[in-house]
Amino acid sequence: MNVQFFIEVLVGGLLSGVMYALVALGFVLIYKASGVFNFAQGAMVFFAVLSFVGFMELGLPFWAALPVTVVLMVATGMLTERFVLRPLVSQSEDTLLMATIGLAFVIEGMAQLVWGVDVRRLDLGIRDEPIGWFMDSTGILVSQLDITAGVVAGLMVAILALIFSRTKVGRGLRAVADDHAAALSVGIPLKHIWGLVWATAGIVALVAGMLWGARSGVQFALIGIALKALPVLIIGGFTSVPGVIVAGLIVGAAEKLTEVYFGPMVGGGIEGWLPYVLAVFFLLIRPEGLFGEKIIRRV
Amino acid sequence: MLYREAGQFHTSYTSDRQLFPLKQDRIGMVIMLLVAFVAIPLLSSDYWLSAILIPWLILALVALGQNILMGYAGQLSLGSAGFMAAGAFACYNLILRVPDIPFLLAVLLSGLIAACIGILFGLPSLRIRGLYLAVATLASQFFIVWALDKFGWFKNYDPAGVISAQQIVMFGHTFASPAEKYLVVLSIVAVLTLLAKNMARGSTGRAWRAVRDMDVAAEVMGLSLLRTKLQAFAISSFYCGVGGALFAFAYLQTVEPSAFNIELSFRILFMVIIGGIGTILGSFLGAGFILLMPVFLNILFHAVAGHAVDATILSALEQIIFGALIIIFLIVEPLGLARIWQLAKERLRLWPFPH
Repeated sequence: MNVQFFIEVLVGGLLSGVMYALVALGFVLIYKASGVFNFAQGAMVFFAVLSFVGFMELGLPFWAALPVTVVLMVATGMLTERFVLRPLVSQSEDTLLMATIGLAFVIEGMAQLVWGVDVRRLDLGIRDEPIGWFMDSTGILVSQLDITAGVVAGLMVAILALIFSRTKVGRGLRAVADDHAAALSVGIPLKHIWGLVWATAGIVALVAGMLWGARSGVQFALIGIALKALPVLIIGGFTSVPGVIVAGLIVGAAEKLTEVYFGPMVGGGIEGWLPYVLAVFFLLIRPEGLFGEKIIRRV
Repeated sequence: MLYREAGQFHTSYTSDRQLFPLKQDRIGMVIMLLVAFVAIPLLSSDYWLSAILIPWLILALVALGQNILMGYAGQLSLGSAGFMAAGAFACYNLILRVPDIPFLLAVLLSGLIAACIGILFGLPSLRIRGLYLAVATLASQFFIVWALDKFGWFKNYDPAGVISAQQIVMFGHTFASPAEKYLVVLSIVAVLTLLAKNMARGSTGRAWRAVRDMDVAAEVMGLSLLRTKLQAFAISSFYCGVGGALFAFAYLQTVEPSAFNIELSFRILFMVIIGGIGTILGSFLGAGFILLMPVFLNILFHAVAGHAVDATILSALEQIIFGALIIIFLIVEPLGLARIWQLAKERLRLWPFPH
């Protein structure tokens, strides 16, 4: 086996894993803070970046479109809290999951209705082609965009991990995730906290969407990519922010390596399902994910 | 007044536990079956039969399968379309490769094949629960559709990657017209529904519900989780597989694996939520609702706008309305249309003299 080639594929996989981790981060954020598995995160990613590109097409410059989109995403988050989550407080996890599937449909439909279904390009001014000198010296293809994604993901993980473990808000969030009713009864302002979290998730979605959009164009398929964040999430454990990055790297690398080495034997396309099967195997060994908290169930 | 149990005494346990303890229900059932088997094939137009009634019955069957798993056994699954695909392609290959196989046997076997696959993908449910399981079931959805897509053998190496379902031949007769196909579908669906109703009320159904409500408690009481959960997965996949086979043979005719995509799984999930989680009737109501909704919207927008609305706008609006309905149902009536019907029946007991 060619070691050089192996490393190339591995690095490519790890880099795409970072991108998955970015999307998965939004899921973890909401799950950790409210115990809701937000199936609509993919739709939010799509909606955020589509709106961003849409505003730019309307003639807004980059630095004006960004805050407008942020405001839009915050508003979306607040509305979600008001009309979807607040009436469903202390329902079962499954019910909340199904509600967010409904929410995903609403957001996708809105995005199509407002901005149309065309594929759009997004130019962030960050080049997505291999950096010349790095390729010449090591033979590995890494682009500026890859590095940006890595740095952004690392930063966001660090900030979120700090907020969750060190601040008062973070403690409140973890309490809410544990038990809605109990958190309410000790006086944690559920309304504000959820609004805040969903707004933050909207912003995380925008960041992830912008990086994805810059790579593969702003299109409907982004939602499918976001679905791949789910196995990343369960491998890492729903409740672990750093777990997301590790799991993202595992999924990205495994997916690319199997596609390159075993894909030709079966005609390719392994990438479509491998993350899910991988997730199942991880779960069989560690049902709470790599970094998740072990939940003991009693009668 | 019209609908009450007064005067109907059950003197034995058997009569108390029968499927339809009320006389009115029994009469209603017979009338409904007569209408379904005799009046509808005679009176309906081909359009109604082939575009509405056949898919409605088939999707109701699949929703029933999903409901068994989700509503009765409490295992949230997002992969039902994958099992439909397995059933459809199994049926196609059985008829193609096994000479002189009776159609009904092929449908039955394809259901069983889907059930085996269902058991395989149900195995993780023994270790993981809830949300983790929901994501794990996505593996079945993506893997099955991918496998059918990639391996030409399943499609008899068709260059376009689609299969054309064979004619339905039973007892030397070819069922080709919409009315005939409708009768085939209706018979299968009726038998399987009766079976489901029976399972749901008996010890099987009680075991499922115990696992749904609290699996640890069920285990402590001596239920085998392994058996109960895998049984639910197998039976649910069996229904989905039979539904998928009928979907290909009686409804679509030409099918590609990607027809059974995750969108379809979601639609089936929505049928169960809107129709009513954990009820047989709900599966039928939900399937009808989800199926007729776009038709109804189309007519409505046509009437409001005065002209045909752009297809992309219509599909976007449809999506928004579906999503919103799901949320509204979950908030306002988590038990769905079936619950509304049940409440109506309660009212009917007293109507028209409520005092």
